[in-house]
Amino acid sequence: MRIVVDLNRCQGYAQCVYLAHEVFRLSGQEALTYEPNPDDERLLQVERAAAACPVQAIVIDRLDGAKRGEAS
Amino acid sequence: MVEETPWQQALRYANRANPYPFYEELRKTPVARQPDGTYVVSTYREIVTLLHDPRVSSDPRKCPAPAAAQAEGAVEAEAEPISEAVVSLEPNIITQDPPEHDRDRRMMTPHFVGPPRSPHLISDLEPEIRRIVAGLLDDMRGKTRIDAVDDFAYPLPVTVICKVLGVPLEDESRFHRWIETALDALDFGPEAASEEMQNRLAGGRRAVAEFGQFAADLLDRYARQPGPGMLSAMVNEDGPEGHMSKGVLASNALLLIFAGHETTVNLIAHSVLTLLRHPDALEKLRRRPELIVPGVEELLRFESSVQFWHTRSAVEDIDIAGTTIPKGAPIFLAYGSANRDPERFTDPDELDLERRDNQHLGFSQGIHFCFGAPLARLEVQIAVGEFVRRVRNPRLVEDPPPYRHNQIFRGPRHVLVDIDGIRD
Amino acid sequence: MTLRATVAELVHEFRANGRIVIVGASLAGLRAAEALREEGFTGSLTIIGDEPYEPYDRPPLSKQVLKGWVPADHTKLPRMREVDAQWRLGVAAIGLDRVTKRVRLADGEQVPYDRLLIATGTRARQWPNPTEAALQGVHTIRSRDDAAQLQKALAEPPSRVLVIGAGFIGSEVASVCRELGLPVTVVERGSAPLVGALGGVIGEIAARMQRDHGVDLRCGLGVSSLEGDSGGHVRRVHLSDGTAVDADVVVASLGSIRNVEWLEGAGLAAGFWGVGCDAGGRAFDINGVVTDSIYVAGDVARAPHVLYEYQFLAMEHWDNAVFGAEVAAHNMVNLEPHYRPHLLLPGFWSGQFGVNIKSVGVPPFGDQIVFTQGSIEECRFAAAYGHRGRIVAAVAFDHGKWLEYYGKLIEHSGPFPPPPVGWDQPADTKPMPAEFPDPRVPTAIPDVVLTGHDPSERTAEFRPRRH
Repeated sequence: MRIVVDLNRCQGYAQCVYLAHEVFRLSGQEALTYEPNPDDERLLQVERAAAACPVQAIVIDRLDGAKRGEAS
Repeated sequence: MVEETPWQQALRYANRANPYPFYEELRKTPVARQPDGTYVVSTYREIVTLLHDPRVSSDPRKCPAPAAAQAEGAVEAEAEPISEAVVSLEPNIITQDPPEHDRDRRMMTPHFVGPPRSPHLISDLEPEIRRIVAGLLDDMRGKTRIDAVDDFAYPLPVTVICKVLGVPLEDESRFHRWIETALDALDFGPEAASEEMQNRLAGGRRAVAEFGQFAADLLDRYARQPGPGMLSAMVNEDGPEGHMSKGVLASNALLLIFAGHETTVNLIAHSVLTLLRHPDALEKLRRRPELIVPGVEELLRFESSVQFWHTRSAVEDIDIAGTTIPKGAPIFLAYGSANRDPERFTDPDELDLERRDNQHLGFSQGIHFCFGAPLARLEVQIAVGEFVRRVRNPRLVEDPPPYRHNQIFRGPRHVLVDIDGIRD
Repeated sequence: MTLRATVAELVHEFRANGRIVIVGASLAGLRAAEALREEGFTGSLTIIGDEPYEPYDRPPLSKQVLKGWVPADHTKLPRMREVDAQWRLGVAAIGLDRVTKRVRLADGEQVPYDRLLIATGTRARQWPNPTEAALQGVHTIRSRDDAAQLQKALAEPPSRVLVIGAGFIGSEVASVCRELGLPVTVVERGSAPLVGALGGVIGEIAARMQRDHGVDLRCGLGVSSLEGDSGGHVRRVHLSDGTAVDADVVVASLGSIRNVEWLEGAGLAAGFWGVGCDAGGRAFDINGVVTDSIYVAGDVARAPHVLYEYQFLAMEHWDNAVFGAEVAAHNMVNLEPHYRPHLLLPGFWSGQFGVNIKSVGVPPFGDQIVFTQGSIEECRFAAAYGHRGRIVAAVAFDHGKWLEYYGKLIEHSGPFPPPPVGWDQPADTKPMPAEFPDPRVPTAIPDVVLTGHDPSERTAEFRPRRH
């Protein structure tokens, strides 16, 4: 699974950290870091986190691998 | 008699079940001055702007009694509502500004919701919540009619919040009565002046005082003999930022006991009600249980548990939406209206469990973003998800159902549902 | 047939069967490709990238990747939709012929286009002495491979890391080193960390943060040379004050270089600050005349900005890549009057030493700064930058929830100093000089730069100091 957090939008509400703490972490009170390509088994957690984000800053990949169509 | 403003009409008890037509009227003036000098903000963009504006205070102590109100001889009863009784307690995080707000919230966070110190606190509660929900649904076996409020929405949050905080569940009937009394006494609308509301007000103030004493006694007990839960931990632990005074801690305890279940009860009750009113959505959720995650966000938007908030005021003149909110004026932010603002949400009066870009204000935004949001989400996702999965053929008995009096914490008093049974 | 109908037909035909080439397969290139398909472009789409990897996200590289939490190859960007493109990865574009409308590739192939998007971004500036730069243990950080190598070196662990340059990347590297418990020395030619981006007043606070976290921070100094051992591994760093520091990992964070060399001879307004384009992403030629078929997006673009006196703005910002790409893509398949402008209020973030640093606007456009909220002591505050009585930027340390207030003030050209806040006022609320260094000081290049009014301007040169 692939995700990206728009950290310009992120205001450090940490809702994602409560819901998927293996994927999202806080450094200090507000600085968010995360695993951009978490295991697929975390999908439900990550979807919960994305839905809960008060500023809707979490983007989840909508394609499966075959449709990405990379040459490499 | 002077014609009532859309806001005053929205606040009338007769309109509690459906305030939305009045909100629609209200939004034509995004920032609307009321006869008592209060400024009601009803549009999404303006509310978000003010939630991030450091010239807005959340501390009612900083808001002088609205001079305009007296000048224009507006409703006198407004001068001393039940919220004054809450103010007479020590401040809590919802009525504080930075830096005190930020510090106290930092001190409370690790004990309640977790990060950064203990991020798994909430998810650890999931098995317990599932067990409680399963028990409540099991108890409905053999019944043909249930009350989705008393039999389902109420018992879950109250049990969970008592466990998290360390409040003895056997005291539930006492504080439940205090909360009900206080809530029924609070009125911001034209009916506040009625004799009945005036009588309720005195009872409400007494209830808040007794509730405060209850919290203080509980903290004393935990100071002598530590026990389980957040309150004991906070009384007895000294964090890196020091110690919260007993008065402030008691006030926050009150806030958490109250907010920790009252709003969740209303959200669960409204969710059941709303789904029963939208059979297509209910059926969709039954077929695709994973939709409960975005679905709860939509239900938060659709019937917001906190319809507005009333303790903010302008610390400086604020120019917004063609209006100047003068220094000192009280500001009411009408979340329930913003969440139905067509400028922000496409077809806002439609229920869409898969709504995209659903950046609702059901938990507010900014530094006062709902402290208990992660717990509320988990409880409601499990409760509503399981209700939909297990209850056979639920039918609404009465529509609209009777509503409770309170305008801020808007919710049905009962939601009677006829059912054909309970699945395993 | 009327002329109007003919043009409409042409646009229709181009959307259906045109050929678009995107040079650059990173964030801007990917989002542009997705936006083109979203706009209904069904013609052929080719994406050329010099790295062998599909598009990945760079901000995590200097943070969670270096720390060892996230592997470097776990940074692949999510896709918003299918792009159905031909990907030419691992092969660089080396030339552009505007007459025959072809992009020349390093493997000799020529790729024809009807419309071209330049999104080649930047690369890390290497340590200027090639022999010293080739020593083992000397790193830069820009790409996935860079990050993987540096992470491995930090995990060894080294006896000391020396970071040259205390911009955002250098400071983030130093922060990770301290989190990993590694001794680290930071050498900064300017007066303090982050001075180029945020000025000397904020730089002082950043300096204190670094020292409080155990960084051996040395400002106002340059690095004169890197000394290797007989095995070709860096062991010692000589500083401009004659002292030396023993270190076995050296990270050169000297800013970035725009990837414009491949455009040499193409006659575009390409130079030190990137490729000049209009606010709609259309490239200027060297005479300042706008082209019709070439567009620019991302770090390599510089475009006039209405909020900053129409000076050309060069932004190495994440959201500039995203929105710039979307705007360029839209304009590539639409006609006047349906062009869209790229009117982004610049925004930036950096996590370091447990503090979330965010900015909006263009801080170096300001010459004054005023603290508006919070406590400098506790490293949690907001401050505004002003220029001629109006607010032009703001910075927040662990105050991200308040930043959009300042963003709105900037967008409306609000007054400077801004109106007082109602609570949590800092001890000193008087405006003071922001203390930005001369933008031509090489290691002080900020992440967003005002580059004057001339589309082909070349206002600064890198002249490494030799001792």
